[in-house]
Amino acid sequence: MTARVPGMTITWGRLLTHASLVLIVVLWTIPVLGLFISSLRDKDQLIVSGWWTAFSATERTAFGRTGAAAEAVEVDGEYVIEGDFLEDPRRTITSYGLRQTDLTAQAPGEPVAIDDTQFTLFEDGSYRWTSEEPFTHGAGRRIFYVASIPPTFSLENYREVLSGERIDRAFINTFTVTIPATLIPILIAAFAAYAFAWMKFPGRQWLFAIVVGLLVVPLQMSLIPLLRMYNDIGATFGVPSKTYLGIWLAHTGFGLPLAIYLLRNYIGGLPRDIIESAQLDGASHFEIFIRLILPLSVPALASFAIFQFLWVWNDLLVALVFLGKGDDQIVLTSSLRELLGSRGDNWEILTSGAFISIIVPLMVFFSLQRYFVRGLLAGSVKGG
Amino acid sequence: MTQQVLVALLAVIAGVGASLAYFFGTNLLLDRLAADGRKPDGSYLSREPLRNLIRPWLFVLPALVILGIYLVYPVVETARLSFFDRTGTEFVGLSNYVWAIQNPEFREAIRNNLLWLLFVPALSTAVGLLVATLADRVSWGNIAKSLIFMPMAISFVGASVIWKFVYDFRGPDAPQIGIVNAIVVALGGEPQAWITVPFWNNFLLMIILVWIQTGFAMVILSAALRGVPEETIEAAQIDGAGEIQVFFRIVIPQIMSTILVVWTTITIVVLKVFDIVLAMTNGQWGTNVLANSMYNWMFRGGGDFGRGSVIALVIMIAVVPIMVWNIRRFQAEEAMR
Repeated sequence: MTARVPGMTITWGRLLTHASLVLIVVLWTIPVLGLFISSLRDKDQLIVSGWWTAFSATERTAFGRTGAAAEAVEVDGEYVIEGDFLEDPRRTITSYGLRQTDLTAQAPGEPVAIDDTQFTLFEDGSYRWTSEEPFTHGAGRRIFYVASIPPTFSLENYREVLSGERIDRAFINTFTVTIPATLIPILIAAFAAYAFAWMKFPGRQWLFAIVVGLLVVPLQMSLIPLLRMYNDIGATFGVPSKTYLGIWLAHTGFGLPLAIYLLRNYIGGLPRDIIESAQLDGASHFEIFIRLILPLSVPALASFAIFQFLWVWNDLLVALVFLGKGDDQIVLTSSLRELLGSRGDNWEILTSGAFISIIVPLMVFFSLQRYFVRGLLAGSVKGG
Repeated sequence: MTQQVLVALLAVIAGVGASLAYFFGTNLLLDRLAADGRKPDGSYLSREPLRNLIRPWLFVLPALVILGIYLVYPVVETARLSFFDRTGTEFVGLSNYVWAIQNPEFREAIRNNLLWLLFVPALSTAVGLLVATLADRVSWGNIAKSLIFMPMAISFVGASVIWKFVYDFRGPDAPQIGIVNAIVVALGGEPQAWITVPFWNNFLLMIILVWIQTGFAMVILSAALRGVPEETIEAAQIDGAGEIQVFFRIVIPQIMSTILVVWTTITIVVLKVFDIVLAMTNGQWGTNVLANSMYNWMFRGGGDFGRGSVIALVIMIAVVPIMVWNIRRFQAEEAMR
């Protein structure tokens, strides 16, 4: 079946293709969108209305109290009390009335009679109450109104979570963990990969086979013995058992098999001629590696670097085991998890905190998407 | 604040610098100590053979030492500890294993892991394949793929926060700010604290992992779909096969091996799933899984290393065959390139 539109043909099949893809994309992005919008909302509005209402004005009922009789001034033989119920200039009055049950009795600007006097509440929240006779009432009269509050967005939640919840320190700590835990394994793996690919030494094949074999060891297998070892070292030498050095080395250990495996595949695939001719020129393996191999291996190094960076940045388990939860060591994932426990209902804190923790990976994702894909594909054999 | 940045910067420089210093230092030292010289009789002495004998070990030693300490030793040690008591000092035979088999919590974790295994790889692969197929047919396909791939960059904990907000519950009379309950209310239903509803809450946690892994499946399958030769599809179309038939009879069989790779890779992720469960429920309300259970035993009541080790071994035994298969496939594909 075909629907004819001037100039083009749309089949129902194509329409269905577009529609299903739109549906999936919407389903996939809505959770992140909700988080992001909520993190920018006013925290009082956040808990009383869904984030999907954030762009429409919300209505709130309230009452204001007029000035007392003493505040009246005489103008041209008339007694007038004036004032303003709304402090925020962006809010407006939608309707008002004299009783709580009559909230919609009057439109703004429309006068209402109170006994022999006349009261008017204007849209901007100012009111004017006039009388021919002097006012005699004591306390001000209550006027009930519906105010429309325009959507407000601010970075207030971010300020609060950064300074109040020490997420700023967690941010720095995460970098402190992630950068060396990315660079150290790459460096060590690149040297080892070169040796496995191009240098002759006894046991080379065997050792490389063992390294590949270690790819299958799940991280969980290592945690208990390493925790014991770290605690023992701490107790024996009187040093702290939870240190940055400790977690760098742990991430290095867990990342090495994959790094060596991938880099050995890449470096082993480089043309033999360039290495042999450099050797003929009298270059040592060290010089060849630094001057020739490293620059040539940049694509492979970058792919692994991105994978390892994201893996370490997003890791929670290793950080929980090898780092403390004090201000000086807690990482973003760990502090986010703490917030989920302690501030589980404070969505202004959680949404902004979560967004801060995912912003760096998202930036890597959107700016380096091509390398990101390659890194992930290469790393995926490890299976997280 | 600035002080902390400085400390962090120094730590980073020290850590990376130390490893650089090792490689440069030892290699230069080798060149110096084993430099070419003169024999006593004055003739030229090349010590290159000696240097070539030692240098490979300078290159691989750090890797071997770290791998030994962080992977080889722990595997042996975990296996040993599984036969010892909670502190790892007293031999208790198989009693940790007996405990595991009889323990209802452990069985619940196994059951949940099996549930995850059944649904997450299947759903992620299926939706990933669907998106890969659909995205190739529309002009905005790349944008769609980017957006669906995006969750892959988000940490499991971050994703947990995102989805906890989706499932949020505010009490029956308050306005719902979680989108699931808002929809339920709009359809006239009763809002609920969904993640506390036993059994079904497992699926709510699984959705999070599906949400993350679908992008991975999509990217790999999308590449595989492009590799399907046009001729095979055209030939089938000439024979009068409809689009659906072409897809299931021609395309799917040709990318089957990639589908299996995606499936098994996600299976491995599932077997190790931890962060999501810890952050969402910490295993309460019948949602425990093996990795979370193991983490709990590592620290619960001062830690029970024997029981924790048994659970770690179970994870390892489940993961290894799949990993071996996966690496074989990966190597076969590398060899074909």
